[in-house]
Amino acid sequence: MAGGSMENAMVGGGYTDEPHVLAVDDNLIDRKLVERLLKNSSCKVTTAENGLRALEYLGLGDEKRTALEDNVSKVNLIITDYCMPGMTGYELLKKIKESSSLKEIPVVIMSSENIPTRINKCLEEGAQMFMLKPLKQSDVVKLRCNLMNCRS
Amino acid sequence: MDSVVLLQRQLVDYTAQLFNEGFLDDQFNQLQQLQDESNPDFVVEVVTLFFEDSERLLNELAKALEQQSIDYRKIDAHVHQLKGSSSSIGAQRVQKVCIAFRNYCEERNIEGCQKCLQQVKNEYSLVKTKLETLFKLEQQVLAAGGSIPWPMQ
Repeated sequence: MAGGSMENAMVGGGYTDEPHVLAVDDNLIDRKLVERLLKNSSCKVTTAENGLRALEYLGLGDEKRTALEDNVSKVNLIITDYCMPGMTGYELLKKIKESSSLKEIPVVIMSSENIPTRINKCLEEGAQMFMLKPLKQSDVVKLRCNLMNCRS
Repeated sequence: MDSVVLLQRQLVDYTAQLFNEGFLDDQFNQLQQLQDESNPDFVVEVVTLFFEDSERLLNELAKALEQQSIDYRKIDAHVHQLKGSSSSIGAQRVQKVCIAFRNYCEERNIEGCQKCLQQVKNEYSLVKTKLETLFKLEQQVLAAGGSIPWPMQ
């Protein structure tokens, strides 16, 4: 890729065209939908069905394996559902923001419920954006713009 | 050429009917827009997943409501899932019943829950039949050499 810009040097850099997104949702249909939406916006997508799996993929599982650092450096965005059994999206957000290796990765929270206290809680904890489900293509376009802006 | 136009007309009319009667909402259009040459079966794939997942959830719900001691949290979790997936594919009437169902769960109202289970089974069955008919009509148009005029609303 010619023209190495400042953006490429940042965390998760090297993506000018195809950001790698980790999408976390316990609902199978929603996983399929978010995957398609993101792929249609030229993103590479990895899905996880719960917070634990997501953390494992990111290298924060029980066994800290350095081999997984590869996954970490490749993930440019994490988008997660709020309501999940076990670890909620909020708890996942906190774990990510508490991690020195992961805290720079933007995290977007999705929810089918429009609850202001919930939204504020997530934004205060460092979520980049809060999105209402079901997601539409226009939401993902907005997301990409937002992601690009925070990079410059 | 006439038969293609006729079939397309049938498809458009049938789809409009489903929207008018509230079986489907705009989210279904969103799904259609995600389908293209590189993903020609996306809608059928997602809807099929929805059918499989819903049937599983409905079975779980029936079982949960037959227990001696009702676990409302478990029931609510299942209904929450069903509400989410029906909303994601645009199955509006199913989604609406799920909302009422969750309210009854919160109230720990067993009769309300049982009534809602019956209702949601009915609505699911209806939307399933209608979507299957819709897909069949689409196949007929394609088989006759026509193309699907999406979006139709």
